[in-house]
Amino acid sequence: MANILAFAEQREGQLGSAAREAVSVAARLAEAAGGAAHAIVLGGPGISSVAAGLGAYGATTISVGEHDALADYNPESWVAPIVDQIRSGDYAAVIFAATTLGKDLAPRVAAHLDVPLASDVTEVELSGGTVSVTRPVFSGKAFANLEIEASPALVSIRPNVFQATEQDAVGEVSTFTPDIDVSALRVRVIDRKSAAEGSVDVSEASVVVSGGRGMKDPENWGLLEELREALGSDAALGASRAVVDAGWRPHGEQVGQTGKTVAPKLYIAVGISGAVQHLAGMRTAQTIVAINRDTDAPIFGVADYGIVGDLFDVVPRLTAEIGALKAGD
Amino acid sequence: MNIIVCIKRVPDTEARIRVDGSGAGIDKTGIKYDLSPYDAFAVEAALRLKEAAGEGEVTLLTLGESSSQETLRKGLAMGADRAVLLTGEVTLDGLATAKTLAAELEGVEADLFLLGIKAADDDQQQVGPMVAALTGRPCVSGVSSFEVNGSTATCHREVEGGSEVVEVDMPAVLCMTKGPNEPRLAALKGIMAAKKKPLEEKPATEHASRVRLARLSEPPARAPGRIVGEGADAVPELVRLLREEANAI
Ligand SMILES: Cc1cc2nc3c(=O)[nH]c(=O)nc-3n(C[C@H](O)[C@H](O)[C@H](O)COP(=O)(O)OP(=O)(O)OC[C@H]3O[C@@H](n4cnc5c(N)ncnc54)[C@H](O)[C@@H]3O)c2cc1C
Ligand SMILES: Nc1ncnc2c1ncn2[C@@H]1O[C@H](COP(=O)(O)O)[C@@H](O)[C@H]1O
Repeated sequence: MANILAFAEQREGQLGSAAREAVSVAARLAEAAGGAAHAIVLGGPGISSVAAGLGAYGATTISVGEHDALADYNPESWVAPIVDQIRSGDYAAVIFAATTLGKDLAPRVAAHLDVPLASDVTEVELSGGTVSVTRPVFSGKAFANLEIEASPALVSIRPNVFQATEQDAVGEVSTFTPDIDVSALRVRVIDRKSAAEGSVDVSEASVVVSGGRGMKDPENWGLLEELREALGSDAALGASRAVVDAGWRPHGEQVGQTGKTVAPKLYIAVGISGAVQHLAGMRTAQTIVAINRDTDAPIFGVADYGIVGDLFDVVPRLTAEIGALKAGD
Repeated sequence: MNIIVCIKRVPDTEARIRVDGSGAGIDKTGIKYDLSPYDAFAVEAALRLKEAAGEGEVTLLTLGESSSQETLRKGLAMGADRAVLLTGEVTLDGLATAKTLAAELEGVEADLFLLGIKAADDDQQQVGPMVAALTGRPCVSGVSSFEVNGSTATCHREVEGGSEVVEVDMPAVLCMTKGPNEPRLAALKGIMAAKKKPLEEKPATEHASRVRLARLSEPPARAPGRIVGEGADAVPELVRLLREEANAI
């Protein structure tokens, strides 16, 4: 019997898909191991009321560390409570989400526990006591199957790849207050800017509309903005490096080798040629659509569906058709 | 201002990756290697900081095969002052790599330790925070730019749906992402000068990998895509396919 721990990430006091996916994976592995899934949440006062919701994703116990200093992420104060929980729990595996936060936190926890970490995995299994994972390497040009020969096995899962599965279950919440000496923190967040209210980050969106140099001018992004809106609240804008380097779009939107890796349900590449470094960031999307006037553009080599044509004709029509479809739902 | 930059030699981003006959490695024929892209941003940031300070030293550190000399020389040609090559095997266990680097960096006096946020071969995005934890230094990851003011560094980092300004006490470990300053190309003069700069090569203290590579495979070929049609007239069919076939909208 082996238990599995999920680190459930909160952001601005809310638990999002990153938390639900991590807990769901932990629950699946726990079932395979004949053990239980536990979750740990760190946050500001009041976070425990939100944390209880994780029971429905299969966490039988949910440990909640509440402290003013935990309201926002700070690696200096977040590592110790997680390390303590792992040490006290005899876990076979610990699951993190490979978000910005998870990718900052998990390696530190791994170093403190002296166990390896498999980052950004797209598959994870537990059998015969061994955790094995599949993870993209060489920017998605190959996949490595790895066996982690240490316990607990630390794993971070690529966002959007694993299904969050709701069950008919409730978890028991226990709250603790970690000891944090705020004056001793060597890292201090002095300013935080959130993007527009309600907008999702390109790395977590389930639909991404990306624009490239074919858009011609930053003024034309209104076209993509309208398409994004038609696709719903879970859609985000992305960009190729060419347009980020030109200063047309912020780097936070860049998809690819030196930008973000995304795995949405739907990726729409508009006026993007599909350079290998761009593909590095989006080739694990479930469905890829390309709109490009050049039949030979490499993006058509990875696209499930392509339209050859002038994006300035195609995109407005696509926005209108999708808008009409959604209105009829 | 003394800065140490950890860099890694990786296949060029254009490289076509083919799995070799053993199923546990890549076919190296024809592959060109280069400084990992984010590490190039780290080197650039270090050089600019040293130039602004008007004094100090930029040291490059790598763990790898002897061939990594070439990558170190490239960094020296960009303007770094000296380089250290720890010769040893690089595995898919990032913690083993971090331990080797940490052993070298332990007790070393420098103002900043820069790494790339992610190496373009194993894509682990973990060695930086691990080195920081192992050497007991504070760390900020995902830094696009930073300024040094006295004994602290003010770092700008991107987070999901926003950005942060984070202050960190030095000496600190910063894991660099793409920033506003494009990595410089080495000029001929730099390339000549690099040949004379100190490059120390010594065996690494190796740590056994606890991550076993069972198999390396090429990505499953995507089902061949299809051109739905030309121009705006193809849109209704595309939307139908997205809804009925792909279940994507
Ligand atoms: C180390 C390194 C890292 C890199 N990292 C990244 C990265 O993270 N992300 C990234 O994206 N790139 C990255 N690149 C850059 C990459 O190699 C390409 O240069 C870049 O992706 C090209 O962007 P693009 O497709 O927008 O532009 P282009 O290649 O110029 O393509 C524009 C496309 O628009 C089409 N087009 C033009 N007009 C129209 C129209 N009216 N209607 C329809 N189609 C039209 C054209 O046919 C063309 O295919 C990296 C490169 C290097 C060397
Ligand atoms: N073998 C190595 N030698 C020197 N630095 C390394 C090595 N491996 C990783 N690094 C550093 O750690 C960063 C993150 O690597 P990774 O965690 O492997 O994605 C890289 O960008 C380098 O700065």
